[in-house]
Amino acid sequence: MTTLLEFHNLVIKADKTVILDLPEMAVDRNEVLVVVGPNGAGKSTLLQSAAGLLKPTSGRVYFTSHPELAGLEYRRKISTVFQSPLLMSDTVRANIGSGLRFRQVPASEIQRRVNFWMEQLHISHLAKRRANNLSGGEAQRVSLARAFCLETELIMMDEPFSALDTPTRQELLRELRELLSRTGQTCIYVTHDLQEALAVGDRVAILFEGRLHQLEKAAEVFKHPKTPKVAEFVGVENIIPGTVSSKTNDLLQIRVDGMMLEAVGTASIGDTVYACLRPEDITLYPVGADGRTSTARNRLPCRISHLIHQGPLVRIELDADFPLTALVTRPSAEEMNLAAGTEVLAVFKATAIHLIESGHAHRDQAS
Amino acid sequence: MQNILEGIWKAIQLLLQGDPEVIRITLLSLQVSMLATVISLVLGLPLGTFLALAHFPTRRFWISLINTGMALPPVVVGLVVSIFLWRSGPLGDLHLIYTPWAIVIAQVLIAFPMAAGLTISALQQMDPRLRVQLLGLGASRAQMILSLWKEARLPLTAALIAAFGSVISEVGASMMVGGNLQGSTRVLTTAIVLETSRGEFASAIALSLILLTLAFLVNFALTTLQQHRR
Repeated sequence: MTTLLEFHNLVIKADKTVILDLPEMAVDRNEVLVVVGPNGAGKSTLLQSAAGLLKPTSGRVYFTSHPELAGLEYRRKISTVFQSPLLMSDTVRANIGSGLRFRQVPASEIQRRVNFWMEQLHISHLAKRRANNLSGGEAQRVSLARAFCLETELIMMDEPFSALDTPTRQELLRELRELLSRTGQTCIYVTHDLQEALAVGDRVAILFEGRLHQLEKAAEVFKHPKTPKVAEFVGVENIIPGTVSSKTNDLLQIRVDGMMLEAVGTASIGDTVYACLRPEDITLYPVGADGRTSTARNRLPCRISHLIHQGPLVRIELDADFPLTALVTRPSAEEMNLAAGTEVLAVFKATAIHLIESGHAHRDQAS
Repeated sequence: MQNILEGIWKAIQLLLQGDPEVIRITLLSLQVSMLATVISLVLGLPLGTFLALAHFPTRRFWISLINTGMALPPVVVGLVVSIFLWRSGPLGDLHLIYTPWAIVIAQVLIAFPMAAGLTISALQQMDPRLRVQLLGLGASRAQMILSLWKEARLPLTAALIAAFGSVISEVGASMMVGGNLQGSTRVLTTAIVLETSRGEFASAIALSLILLTLAFLVNFALTTLQQHRR
């Protein structure tokens, strides 16, 4: 895998406030790199600086194949899709060909490419329609066709589907994913939606407050978050601080508020760690049944504090001397007569716990 | 009422006869006002674009100045231009006072702030992200500005209509710097003032009808252009 785009010591400030601080990051050729993070994380700033639309305070971004390119020449190696389609008051055909006309591509070539990409995005029937008469989904398809038909080495997308309704968004996401894999198009895709990131990305870069917290394959970020913030962002609801009190091979005993948890990890005795546990990995048993049939190592007696009904699932907030959240199906909750104040046993495997070691936790706090 | 009706009838006769003086006055009015409008646009469009898109510390001051210029009374413009072009004035050696050029200069000073001010407002009403999108599509700065003008063609044509309307109907400055000299600087508005002061209502009404027709035709042409493929 060769590198297409590199970021070096990129710092962007606005009124002395650091918006983005990115020491190193690279985008590989043919990959879809998703930059994800909450609002104000610096995602769009990163994208605009990568697209040559925003001058960094220091550091630089460059194509490995053309490190000397800057300004207009650099911008013409890239195409962009924004959240709003921002189409001109003209026909669909004219809008799609606009970037090619800026590059003074011959008319016959413009026609060929526009026709091809309209077909790819299923909008050939809209060619003569004026852009202000399109639905949100159609307009975003035109915006995608406009970017793809430039056939640039890199496409950048800034939350392209966030303003669309859910069915249209799902449909376009599926088509985009298929189009990106079929064409091998390198893409930087910015979103605040983790599900979208997992659906589209080969690798995911997670940003918080302008700093990169993790950059790995999408599934890896989901399974093994490196900082408590990333863990929280990827849906880990139980992030429990504790201290490693003993260790047998990879099996660790972690002291948490007088209780002991067992987890698998590489931390050393005395280390401060964060035990990350997804609510869906916790099984609840009535106290009498006490879950002996399970081989899980962790069995914590708890009292139910709250039940929150969420359609087919019930979110259960537990008090195990420290707060814990579990997720069970509605039939299970009904079968066990779960209610606030009920005593239950929370059971989970040692391997269900992902440990974030103190080094990472400290770095997270520092950032 | 009888006087008005007689005036209209005489005006129609005067127009149908094709009075050479009326034709000359009409053509001069058109030439002077169109030239002033074109010059105002050539100056006002780039300046308005610059003030709308650029960011610099005194920008708000310059925009306020342009906006004030949009409400400039023509007689004040006439006074200033007269002082400058007067034979003993700073530009007296150019011998422009009481020539059609003096009227053009005065009308440019009236219409130019209007062209610039309405350009600023037209461009600032557009989504600022459009500029970023155009640059992201590989537009050069010039291509981006041309695309923005094309996108803002409706309000920009309105600026053109307003600029032309303000100069074709203006009388104070033309009278002061042109002098309303027969065969030289008499335009429709100054001629209407003169004929009215003489009690020649038929001539005044005829000239007014021509002025209104001209204003309508030019505005109709510009409106057609504005609404084209909307």
